[in-house]
Amino acid sequence: MIPYISNTEKDVHDMLKVIGVSSIDDLFDDIKPHHNPKSFNLPDGKSEFEVLEHIKRLASKNAAGLIPFIGGGYYDHYIPSAVTALVSRGEFYTAYTPYQPECSQGTLQALYEYQSAICALTEMEVANASLYDGGTALYEAVMMAARITRRDKVIMDGGVSPIYRKIIRTYTSNLNYEFQETPVVHGQSSREEIGKLLDKDTAAVILQNPNFFGTIDDHSDIVKKAHELGVLVIESVYPVSLGLLKTPGAMGADIVTGEGQSLGLPLNFGGPYLGFMATRKKYIRKMPGRIIGETLDVNGKRCFVNTLQAREQHIRREKATSNICTNVSLCALQSVIYMSLLGKQGFKELAQLNLDKAEFARQEIEKIEGVEVKRSSPTFNEFTVCLPVDASLVAEAMIDKGFAAGFPLGRYYQDMEKYMIVAVTEKRTKEEILAYVQALREVLV
Amino acid sequence: MEIAEHLLYTKEHEWINIEDGEATIGISDYAQEALGDITFIELPNAGDEVEQFGEFVSVESVKAASDIFSPMSGEIIVVNEDLNEDPGLINKSPYEKGWIARIRISDSEEQSNLMTAEEYGKFLESVG
Amino acid sequence: MQLIFEKSVEGRRGFENPRSDVDLIAEIPVEYRREKDCPFPEVSELDVVRHFTALSQRNFSVDTHFYPLGSCTMKYNPKFTETVAAVEGFANLHPLLPQLKQGEKLVQGALEVLYHMESLLCEITGMDRFTMQPLAGAHGELTGVMMMAAYHKAKGNKKKYIIVPDSAHGTNPATAAIVGYEIVSVNSDGNGVMDLNELKERITDETAGLMVTDPNTLGIFNSDVDKIAEMVHAVDGIMYYDGANLNAILGRCRPGDIGFDVMHINLHKTFSTPHGGGGPGSGPVGVNAKLVPYLPVSMVDRRDDGTYYLNYDYPESIGYLASFYGNFSILLRAYAYIVMAGGEGLKEVSNHAVLNANYIKDRLKERFHLAYDRICMHESVFSASKQADRGVHAVDISKYLIDQNIHPPTVYFPLSVKESIMIEPTETESKQTMDRFIEAMFNADELSRKQPEVFHGLPATTPVTRPDEVKAARDINTNYFQNT
Repeated sequence: MIPYISNTEKDVHDMLKVIGVSSIDDLFDDIKPHHNPKSFNLPDGKSEFEVLEHIKRLASKNAAGLIPFIGGGYYDHYIPSAVTALVSRGEFYTAYTPYQPECSQGTLQALYEYQSAICALTEMEVANASLYDGGTALYEAVMMAARITRRDKVIMDGGVSPIYRKIIRTYTSNLNYEFQETPVVHGQSSREEIGKLLDKDTAAVILQNPNFFGTIDDHSDIVKKAHELGVLVIESVYPVSLGLLKTPGAMGADIVTGEGQSLGLPLNFGGPYLGFMATRKKYIRKMPGRIIGETLDVNGKRCFVNTLQAREQHIRREKATSNICTNVSLCALQSVIYMSLLGKQGFKELAQLNLDKAEFARQEIEKIEGVEVKRSSPTFNEFTVCLPVDASLVAEAMIDKGFAAGFPLGRYYQDMEKYMIVAVTEKRTKEEILAYVQALREVLV
Repeated sequence: MEIAEHLLYTKEHEWINIEDGEATIGISDYAQEALGDITFIELPNAGDEVEQFGEFVSVESVKAASDIFSPMSGEIIVVNEDLNEDPGLINKSPYEKGWIARIRISDSEEQSNLMTAEEYGKFLESVG
Repeated sequence: MQLIFEKSVEGRRGFENPRSDVDLIAEIPVEYRREKDCPFPEVSELDVVRHFTALSQRNFSVDTHFYPLGSCTMKYNPKFTETVAAVEGFANLHPLLPQLKQGEKLVQGALEVLYHMESLLCEITGMDRFTMQPLAGAHGELTGVMMMAAYHKAKGNKKKYIIVPDSAHGTNPATAAIVGYEIVSVNSDGNGVMDLNELKERITDETAGLMVTDPNTLGIFNSDVDKIAEMVHAVDGIMYYDGANLNAILGRCRPGDIGFDVMHINLHKTFSTPHGGGGPGSGPVGVNAKLVPYLPVSMVDRRDDGTYYLNYDYPESIGYLASFYGNFSILLRAYAYIVMAGGEGLKEVSNHAVLNANYIKDRLKERFHLAYDRICMHESVFSASKQADRGVHAVDISKYLIDQNIHPPTVYFPLSVKESIMIEPTETESKQTMDRFIEAMFNADELSRKQPEVFHGLPATTPVTRPDEVKAARDINTNYFQNT
């Protein structure tokens, strides 16, 4: 018997009497015998203790103890205890979408603060209250750009996460969009190729900074060219890097999206994560997802509400900006607590720390004979190394040494079997980095 | 409920004021009341062609989004830019300050598909 | 209450980063650098803790309040599932690990969870396979409709329309439109279920499929569901089951057995994962054999030696729906919940969900107009029409309830019932809680007779009262920094 049901036998009896039926089965009369399950062969229930033991046993089959130098858009950052403690408050996580503003001011204000923090981070004018994850947010940005420009050609830079590019292709397969991918040259976006493709039928150019190879770019010049032709620029960003890097807002980007996992969320084997999206104020009505706005209550007190709902599916139905119903409120909350705790100074320091540790690792790896660290463009906390042998074999061998050594690029990029991206966050100690370098040396012998 | 006498109306509650091959378009007092406080209007561009009873602009209130249809076919000459700043003008003054656009009429025969103020009044009564 | 940004004091710190143990300070070339520091608040940890604790206290939640929000299944979320989600071996697992060579060995526990979860969901629903990728219910819907489109494409079917009932959730038409279909709506008959005669007229060779919840949004189970399936299948249409209301039928009937080809489940409803203030959700999608080839990749499959792996070898797959394998920690919570409940426990869930809903329905109908006076399933829909005649609308009643420390039911949905009030108590609420709710509703009715004008000033006990939504939409302010 499941312990979360409160009704006693007497309650059941009393309630059936009020309803005027003799058994609970009678309440299911509309489900006819021929609708009944052909099978419902599920295991017996378990106690809380037994389930926990079962889960722990399963967890022990994962090699979570590997020292991670793997990133690819998802990073092993430290999560301060206060973040976990605050999002564990039942008042937050057992509430639902703030449909009733008077008794949801907690969630609403927190989401307004989240939107503001995302705007501060990206130097954009408006942000929504979050989307599922970085990949789906980027897809939504493509749809948004097509809505704004009423054009259907999209240019995707090869430095955009190959996972994101696959997602975008899946979603648009039933729609008439034309995608063109441009190569990465010396680690940066190819101005020449993008320039050739830009025209008045192009809805958007999708760029990423730092890109999948870890290199940094300033896309201002591409933005300028794109705008001359009425083309929008979508920039996918890694939030922690923005503690130091030139912002997409400063580059003139029109729509900014990103994966917010590194803002205080555990890796969780792929989710839940946090897709953020920001844009210019003039495009706010074309932006998908919930948006929280400040207003006054009838007594003139500041309060917060779901606003511009007329864009959303529950009102506009088939003409909605997106089919998205929910956001990822709790993840957005988690990130705004994280950003608040880190604060102005702490966040900048965090970015610097990531940069320093990655630079240290880069210098040490470079010393290994036969390993080339790509240095044609600057990087943040992830960089590409070229190994003398197939990188996937090296990564495999490094597992036995206790390291998740990086992500081999051969899986997603042709002719890059020898390349691997290596990520270093603030959590990696000098000792771990040196041990990693030593292990790599041994593997390559 | 005010029905301006000198205008022609549609069943979708738009009005049109025809003068020398050109016409001004807006929505009726009944329509603005039914929509509630209008918070945004997506205006068309001058030069756009519209068809009689074709989608023309969309307006948003807090909890609804509605399309407004053009009472006659033609080319848009000018739109009421004031509505960008204050879409509430449609609520406050549906027949005057809340006008939406002016068009050059392409087929004056289409007038016969519209209602006079008197007919529109009866129509409103019939829909309750 | 102040914003966190307004509590900022220059130089104050809330967190200390790990110290640098590498002896270098790297520099980003100036052209790639941010000009101004990111203006996050400068606050102490205590400031942050007090601020967000105070915010949390401005929320109603299941942990603090009865929350009979119809169609949302706001049941109690057992605390142990939070413990489960925090188990280190899962929480710290990097999603790219299984994409390394031999990397699947590193995540066998996680893959086993996904594999078992799939088998459990298949047995619960009668479907053949499930993908765990969809990140929420609406995302699941999109996945399902995309598979529907892939099926028709593969068979060379020329399809244009998806049929939905008039009581359908707004995500149905929005989803259909994204995949390129148009919506055809069918009205309810006098019994609150889809009108079969009208349906017959609407089905054509161009019908791609039909999307319904069963029980529907009115809380009524459609006994003719198999006839509907027959009609749709006759034109090679796909039957889509929107699992929003699955909490009513566990162990009583399985969508896969009654003619549905594809379905999604909202784990945050039926399987008790927290709603999170509006997400994260999780929306696994199940299909029968007809649609298995089109499932998104990757799928978790099992080898003969008992090991699990990510299988990308589905040549007709619609592709990647999400970056990875779904909202894993949500799936893990739901998995733990199902394992804990077991088959009998799940049946009990539906039994009591339906019992509670009927109890409230039969008590309230004395004073409130019941849209369809018959046995309901997990929820019932009332209309505040009688009260509205006195000038007290559904929204006013909901604000009254807030002052009684009860989260209001869903109001103004479904659209097919005027002044609708949709009540779903769920199985975890006690008779005493429901009695208190019923009493509050009766008092609201009483007040609507005596002093209807009082309602417009409600709620009176909350930190803020009714917001000016017109101002919010006209004078858009969604970013603190836009105004500073």
